[in-house]
Amino acid sequence: MSKRPSLVTENVWRVLRQFTDARIGQGRAGVSLPTGELLKFQLAHARARDAVHFPLDVDRLVRDLEGSAAALPTQSPLLLKSRAEDRLTYLQRPDLGRILSPDSEALLADNRGSNGDPFDAAIVIADGLSAIAIQNNAVPMINRLLSDLADRKKAWRLAPLSIVEQGRVAIGDQIGESLGARMVIIMIGERPGLSSPDSLGIYLTWGPEQGLSDARRNCISNVRPAGLSVEHASERLLYLMDEAARLGTSGVALKDRTGELVIGRAGDTGNFLTKS
Amino acid sequence: MADRYRFTLGTRTWQFGCLAELLAKATPARSGDRLAGVIAGSAEERVVAQMRLAELPLREFLSEALIPYEEDEITRLILDTHDKKAFAPISHLTVGDFRNWLLSDHATPESLERLRSGLTPEMVAAVSKLMRNQDLILVAKKCHVITVFRNTIGLPGHLSTRLQPNHPTDDVSGIAASVLDGLLYGNGDAVIGINPATDNVSQAVRLIGLLDDVISKYEIPTQSCVLTHVTNTLEAIEQGAPVDLVFQSIGGTEATNSSFGFNLATLQEAREAALSLKRGTVGNNVMYFETGQGSSLSANAHHGLDQQTCEARAYAVARQFDPLLVNTVVGFIGPEYLFDGKEITRAGLEDHFCGKLLGVPMGCDICYTNHAEADQNDMDNLLTLLGVAGCNFIMGIPGSDDIMLNYQTTSFHDALYARRVLGLEPAPEFGEWLARTRIFEDVSRAEPGRELPELFRGPLKALTQGKGHE
Repeated sequence: MSKRPSLVTENVWRVLRQFTDARIGQGRAGVSLPTGELLKFQLAHARARDAVHFPLDVDRLVRDLEGSAAALPTQSPLLLKSRAEDRLTYLQRPDLGRILSPDSEALLADNRGSNGDPFDAAIVIADGLSAIAIQNNAVPMINRLLSDLADRKKAWRLAPLSIVEQGRVAIGDQIGESLGARMVIIMIGERPGLSSPDSLGIYLTWGPEQGLSDARRNCISNVRPAGLSVEHASERLLYLMDEAARLGTSGVALKDRTGELVIGRAGDTGNFLTKS
Repeated sequence: MADRYRFTLGTRTWQFGCLAELLAKATPARSGDRLAGVIAGSAEERVVAQMRLAELPLREFLSEALIPYEEDEITRLILDTHDKKAFAPISHLTVGDFRNWLLSDHATPESLERLRSGLTPEMVAAVSKLMRNQDLILVAKKCHVITVFRNTIGLPGHLSTRLQPNHPTDDVSGIAASVLDGLLYGNGDAVIGINPATDNVSQAVRLIGLLDDVISKYEIPTQSCVLTHVTNTLEAIEQGAPVDLVFQSIGGTEATNSSFGFNLATLQEAREAALSLKRGTVGNNVMYFETGQGSSLSANAHHGLDQQTCEARAYAVARQFDPLLVNTVVGFIGPEYLFDGKEITRAGLEDHFCGKLLGVPMGCDICYTNHAEADQNDMDNLLTLLGVAGCNFIMGIPGSDDIMLNYQTTSFHDALYARRVLGLEPAPEFGEWLARTRIFEDVSRAEPGRELPELFRGPLKALTQGKGHE
């Protein structure tokens, strides 16, 4: 008996995946996606959807933080909420995710640093668009940052840690302002990509106050085990914190020069398609 | 004046404060208009607004600017370039009767082409608000907008694709791998267009060079584009880079475009610079624009207009510069502007219809993000509908997964699906290349070859040695 013809036409150029994570060389059934590739895609999308919709387990996060080795600010984290009451509201009303609920505003007012002696920095954790990013990566990130800060000659005076549910990036500015901090650092779940449901973003604002635009913030993106490591992220964040304090500003006026080595090889366009 | 936009239904009289409010409230529901606070207060109010809008004479859009003439260069562009002679055949119609006219046999491809310069974006947006999805499809199919550079895009019975080989670090081998994958699946006739991860002039020059090398070496009848800011492309041209198309994201208000860092004069300068290179072989449409509902609101530059009317005004900007390609990036902006598959589908059909009616070579980035209530099935539906409507081009990426921009758009496979079920072909010059190089066994049946074509055996040989192929 001769072998039955294959139902799927494989692509020999799939070997080019050594150069990219793009879904190249998937092969075809007729001209459509083979079943195996279809299901791989569906799994990735399902994970990204779950990342958006799973709520942040705040109790677990607090336990993880308190059980970790790092020298946290002595006080327990402040547990805050935005004005977006649920996920559906959060997704359709980004404006509400940028403002604290009235109860949370009151809680912060009670924890404000004194006017004469403001905090050097306030650190905020927010679920953003991926609670999984926070659940998996926030504690290692904070531990690394705090241990790097502890090695510094000059001690940083940190505000109590805040954890926000249904928060957007800009809510960090309101929190930093309410706590009377010179700068605010918000760690937030980024919009999940198909292959990166767990990506953590870090934003820094000098002189935080409500209503600042993105142009006033610096961003470090894609912090996760398969992306930017917490070691590198902490190194870049410390650079930004030092520079922000030195220049008295952040955002477009503060260029992150630690990332410039990433591109390199200027002018080189050689590749397998054009070399041969 | 206050009574101008009044409508009485039974015993109740409804009042709409101004033309912008009437248009916004007549718009099919979507989250961006809710976010902006311009949406109808109830389903009934929406239909009443549509009834009032249906009675409005089209002429009124020529005397009533939605954004004042003095404040906005796009309003000035729209009114200053309006062609009264072209408008004459429909100048007596109301918005409601304009819908009837468009659906009637008076509206032929020829009469619609003559009408273009007599239409304003506001007239087109207004009539679209009264139309069902099938109306948007039927009329758009009658509008043929054909453009040329190294091939011919937009011919009836054809569907082209932009090959989008993005890579998170702009790695040239990674980009080349996606380019080859796309070409072997018959994609890339609209343009091979990269969104650079690092957006500066030197990176743009490098990537423009890469694409020029590939297109020249394999004699591909297509064009390249690096989707960087228009001022970066201008600098790249000054540095001698082989630029085919100039890209820019555009919006429908002057303030939106200011927030993007350009104005109409910038686009004019860039177009002239690209034309001076004379790189087109079949023709010289040298501009590529992207748009999308919600961009004006996102830039806080919407002047109280609904997002679909803002979007239609962007097409007035586009057509001024004779583009090769324009596409709405319909689901990229997120659920706060278009919440779910239903809203994305509606917006995609509206944008395609409005663009085509105004004479813009309209394509669509049929896409969604992971925080929108949408999935691959929604994309399949919109792709099929736009294929029926005669959409000029769609995106093509490996496996629908853009690993740089982190969103999902149509795949190389999707384009072949649409070509098969709807009997569509790629641009004729590109189709001939696919046949000549034996990349495809049968272009008219969207049938790729089973063997790796001779053309690409050399480049792959070193990489596949010892793997039992070729």
